[in-house]
Amino acid sequence: MSAAGEHIVSPKLYVLIWIILLCFTGLTTAAAFGDFGIFNPIIALAIAFTKAILVVLFFMHVKYSPRMTALVIGCGLFFLSILMVLTTADYISRGWMF
Amino acid sequence: MDSHAATVEAGLHHRDPELHNQFDTLEQQKDTAHLGMWVFLITEIMFFGGLFGAYLVYRNLYYPAFVAGSNSISIFWGTLNTAVLICSSLTMAMAVHSAAIGARKLLVGFLSLTLLLGLIFLAVKGKEYYDKWTEHHVPGANFHFDDPERPGEAPVPADVASQTSIYFSLYFAMTGMHALHMIIGVGILLALIWKASRGSFPPHHYTMVENFGLYWHFVDIIWIFLFPLLYLISRTPAMH
Repeated sequence: MSAAGEHIVSPKLYVLIWIILLCFTGLTTAAAFGDFGIFNPIIALAIAFTKAILVVLFFMHVKYSPRMTALVIGCGLFFLSILMVLTTADYISRGWMF
Repeated sequence: MDSHAATVEAGLHHRDPELHNQFDTLEQQKDTAHLGMWVFLITEIMFFGGLFGAYLVYRNLYYPAFVAGSNSISIFWGTLNTAVLICSSLTMAMAVHSAAIGARKLLVGFLSLTLLLGLIFLAVKGKEYYDKWTEHHVPGANFHFDDPERPGEAPVPADVASQTSIYFSLYFAMTGMHALHMIIGVGILLALIWKASRGSFPPHHYTMVENFGLYWHFVDIIWIFLFPLLYLISRTPAMH
């Protein structure tokens, strides 16, 4: 019965993703107590992005959605990166502010 | 002519009453609804992006104040709330799954669990806000930052202590905006549970449940970023 052509993800996969997400949450909290110098925020953000990608792909079904959906999300992230990169470039190139 | 009439008749009979005229198939209709929801979520990403952009700038300008502010909030409640939201994402995904296989009782059950977890999140957030209020960490006339007692550490200088109000302004703006999204989500969940219990979401006609799921997971993702950025800035004494 797939008249609407939907992809039904198995609950087992959802539970697996859930366990991975909880492990990453523990990991990011534990990593915050370690001293990795400049890599502390990089590790924290890398874990956050990994968790976000897992949620988007599996819980939000983007892995099973038309490519159009992924394209729209990609465009959104591109505009977000313009916001972040150009703002940062503006501030770090003004030495008198730091 | 008879056969033509029969074909039209057959076509009308096969056309699903849920299928709107501008779509050829239910699948196309569904994909379009999802795409529309994603476009809305993109505007939400840009909206929160402004807050994250402000955070990025001020964190670089007042890093010691951000470290001091971040160390004053409870990592225990933050981690717990992250886990609560991740669990609610699982129950939401399971609710969509239940709708897809046409299990009405399971759908109502999982939506109710999602509601419960959302309320637990908000209760913990309220407890955290209350603590900040009693500590005078809410920016405003009564703002006062005392360095939390941490053995073996020099007290925070007065200028850094006053700059922590910038961190707390962003903390309340970002978590408050996130909590507002949670409150809206809780309201929609109540309506969905009511509709689901009346059997309004048969298999293949549960787009509203799916799109709400997208919203709920999106709010979860915002928290996945807020948690490390606000709670976990340098917890190691050696770094500052």
